Formats: sequence, structure tokens, C-alpha cells
Amino acid sequence: MKILVFIQVDDNKINKMSLEALRCAQTLSSDVNAITFHEEAANQLSNYNLNEVIFAKNDKLNSYNPLCYAKALETLIDNNCNAILFAHTYETRDWVPRLSARLNYPFISDCIGLKNENNSLIITRQTYQGKLNNDFELTSNVFCSIQSGSFKADDLENGTTQINTIEIDLGQIKNTIRAEEKFKEQKGGVDLTAADLIVSVGRGIAKEENIPLAKELANLLNGELGSSRPIVDYGWLPHDRQIGSSGQVVSPKLYFSLGVSGAIQHQVGMKGSNKIMAINKDKNAPIFEISDYSVIGDLLEIVPKLIDKIKEA
Amino acid sequence: MKICVLVKQVADKNDEIKLNSEKSSVDKSNFNFVTNESDNYAVEEALLIKEKLEGEVVVCSFGRESSVQVIKDALSKGADRGIFIENDTNDEYDILNLSKIFNKTLKDENFDLILSGLQSDDMGNGQLGVLLAEYFNMSHGSLVMETNISDNTKIKVKRELENGWFQWSELDIPSSLTIQSGINKPRYASLRGIMMMKKKQIKTIKLSEIDTEAHKINNLKSMYIPQKTKETVKIEGSSDEVAEKLHDILKNELGII
Repeated sequence: MKILVFIQVDDNKINKMSLEALRCAQTLSSDVNAITFHEEAANQLSNYNLNEVIFAKNDKLNSYNPLCYAKALETLIDNNCNAILFAHTYETRDWVPRLSARLNYPFISDCIGLKNENNSLIITRQTYQGKLNNDFELTSNVFCSIQSGSFKADDLENGTTQINTIEIDLGQIKNTIRAEEKFKEQKGGVDLTAADLIVSVGRGIAKEENIPLAKELANLLNGELGSSRPIVDYGWLPHDRQIGSSGQVVSPKLYFSLGVSGAIQHQVGMKGSNKIMAINKDKNAPIFEISDYSVIGDLLEIVPKLIDKIKEA
Repeated sequence: MKICVLVKQVADKNDEIKLNSEKSSVDKSNFNFVTNESDNYAVEEALLIKEKLEGEVVVCSFGRESSVQVIKDALSKGADRGIFIENDTNDEYDILNLSKIFNKTLKDENFDLILSGLQSDDMGNGQLGVLLAEYFNMSHGSLVMETNISDNTKIKVKRELENGWFQWSELDIPSSLTIQSGINKPRYASLRGIMMMKKKQIKTIKLSEIDTEAHKINNLKSMYIPQKTKETVKIEGSSDEVAEKLHDILKNELGII
């Protein structure tokens, strides 16, 4: 089974999830080939046990552009590549569907497991906000992106691999997508990554008027207040409180979630927490799959009583 | 400006997932169907752009018979007409094949903009908008948090990147945008809007009657409810008892209080 792994580089550093995808490939086959558009990354990749490191070279690939990226990878993929793996990043989601349409290979995104069973690829991906697993069996060429944390970069086998530098001819690409410099919205926002304890609110908090309840609990526990995406979308808390793939990635000693359902995008941001305590009305909420302490119940009844008990003591 | 919005009917996020007895498909009989969350924001953004530049907003959906409701909801809010691709077959389609069905149905419309929610709350592929951009030779922007348009040739979009980063991009029109939740405040349909909706055109196309290259999903091996891998302490009782137990854990087990 021949596998290509595309290695994403952010700010001159290899994206950690790309290394997880590379490790995934090592578990599937001995014919693993890493592709990068950056020379420094190629040098680093040559220290892993792979068949080949491909450094695809063209100045237009130095910074991200979906049209140039798609064209470059298109020229490098041939029919012998059984699977082409990616980290499931926002960048991957932005450009890989174009390749899928162009080459007519399916793109199975956000996978949590891949196995090689007698040379067919068994791919697991979740649907319905993480409430259902689907296993697909692929014998034809496929693109796959792998969810954060599904494989461990630390398990990568080291070795010495040749770098094959390929000059890429991008031909004439009409650049209809012109990106400006990236920026952060607000400087001096809250750094939740440093917090030892986070009380996090989700949809289950029901009303903006209930936010102070969670705030009070966070204060009593010397923690910070965090939230899931909808709360920020509603404008109930600022963006710097948001935890998840589009917010901050945290790993406090205790993550105390109140009414957070725990969709995949949220879990990516908090599943590294040492302990997870969750209150939610919905017994099927995905947060309960990863929580250490679970309460199926109404946070609006329980939290005020918990606050009283803490104050009493 | 001719704008297409892709909308999808999905299960409510709180709906329980059950499998049919053969464990080969999801039992949808008890679902509370709603418009996919981010699609609501896409509809609103399309209406805002139309109010600014004039033009037409066409709502398009693919799904079972009940899905026509999400088109009606968008028409009630002010969209102009609907295209409903009714899946009258027994088959399901993966996102690549679904995009071929949309391609076939929409290619002669020559839209200036296609807006869609960034991903569906059920399948979560998040690919359709970009797939169609490729088929229709459009530019695209994904995870759009803000749009800024002043003429028919270009649109500026603020895109959400990871870890709190954002980026503005200038896109040539035609363009396909996938819209992030929170970009705007979706309006509610007015009574007048609902009355007007009844006069608006919804063109229904039955999937069985279109000739596409799409083929149904044939590689699904199994589906199952994920098993918990973590040991969980379940805390039960009245709210008083639960509060007492949580207090005890916070104090004695975790040493936080």
C-alpha cells in the first residue's frame, strides 16, 4: 500500500497534527512518502523511517494558496498512491476538496481511525456530532484527513530517509484568491491555556442572564471562565473565552463543563484536560464519553446549590 | 448579483441517534428536523448582500421529501426562489457524489456567489462549497466570518484560521463562500414573509429523473455508537445530593476547595 502524507507547515514549523498523520501512515504500510513544500521541513522529515521525503519546490508554494497547493499536489499524485493523508486542519478543509473534485477521489475527512486489513483501508469517521461511528472500506484511491489526537506523533519511528527534490511547474494559475497577512483579533485577551481550572459554559446555560452563575463558580474555584462556540456566536462571551478548534486549546487540571454538548470541534480544544467534570441534561451528549465525572441533570438547579455549599464551608 | 444558498435539513443536535435493526442505517423516524445551524447564517448573509447590491437569492437543497421545509423557511425570510433536489431513491450519497448531483443541477444557473454553511451538523463533511467552486471554476473562501462587497467583480472576506488567527482575502467573483456560525444575526420570518413565500417558485427535481454520474455509497462497512474508553464516575441523585457529591469531589478527591 503506497501512502503519501502531506505535511503542513505553519510559521516555518511542521504542524503537529501532520506528524500524527505521518505516524498513522507508518502503522498502515512500509511504503510511506512525506510531501512538503518547505525545505527545512524536508530536512526534519528525513530523520523519520519513511520510503521517501518529497520536497516539492516552487516559490509560489512558500505561503498558502489553495489554487497553487492543489495544482502542485495534483502533479505529484499518480494512480499508484492508494491513500493521501492530511492533518484535519482548517487549511486542509480549505483546499483538499478541490483536489477531490479534480482527481475524482473521495475525500473522507476528520477520520479518527485507519487500519490496513489485507490491503484494503478501513477508515473510521464520526457523524452526528460524534454520536455515531462509520467504518468505510476503501480499495480505490482516497484522500483522508485525520483528527487531532487520533495517533501519537511521539510514536513516530526514526530512521534515515532520502530527500527527493522536485521542481514543480505550476504553469499559469489565475490567482483569484488573494490573501492578506493573518492577524489576531484582540491583543491582551485571556490566555486560557495557562489556567489550572476552567469552568466552561455551553448552550445548556440557556440564557445570557445565567452567565454570571458560571462566572461566580469559576471565581469561587479560582478558575477561568471558558465557553463553547455557540455562546460566543450569541455574543454572550467574547471570542477570547472560546475553547475548541477555532478558539484556544487548553489542558487544565480540571475542566468543569456546564451544558456543553462536546461536539468534536470543542473536544479538540479540551480533551487533553487532566480531569473532566460535566453537567448536561442530554444523556447522549458526546462530552460524557470523555468525562471523568458525569452528571445528567439541570445545571441551573445544581450549580446554585453547589455555589451555596462552597460558600458555606 | 445572482446568489445561491445551499441549505440542508438535519437532525436537531439533541436528537438521540438510533440504528435500524440491521445496523446499516440511522433510524430517522424520531428526528426533529431543523435547518442546519450554519446554513441559517449563510441565508442571512446572502440576504444582506442582496439588500446591498440588489439581485436574486436562490435557495437550493438536496434531501428527502421533508427537506423542502428548509427552502420554505429561507423563502419566508426573503429569498426569491427555490430549487429542491428530492432524493426519491433509497440510496445515500457521499459528499463527492452529492457534489456531482449539485453540479449537474446548478451548472446552467451561472451564479455569481454560492454561500453555504461551513459544514452540516449531521455528516460534517464541510466540502460541498469548495467542491462546487472547483466544478464551476470559481474562487472560494472557507470559514468566512465577515464579508465586504462593493461591486460585482470582487468580494473581501474575513476568514477564521486556527488558534485565534484571522485573515482577510480578496476573492474574484464568481466565488463560493462557506459561512461560519456567528457571522451575523439571522432574521426571523415575518408573517408577511410567510404569506409571500406561498407565491414563490420552488422547482422540484427528482433525483431518479436526473442523469448524473453520481453513484451511491457502496463502501460503508458498518456503523455503530462509539464505545466509551474512559472510566466515568456517574453522579446521581436530587440536585441537592448532586451538589453535595460534587462539593465532596472538588474538596476531598481533587483538593480544589
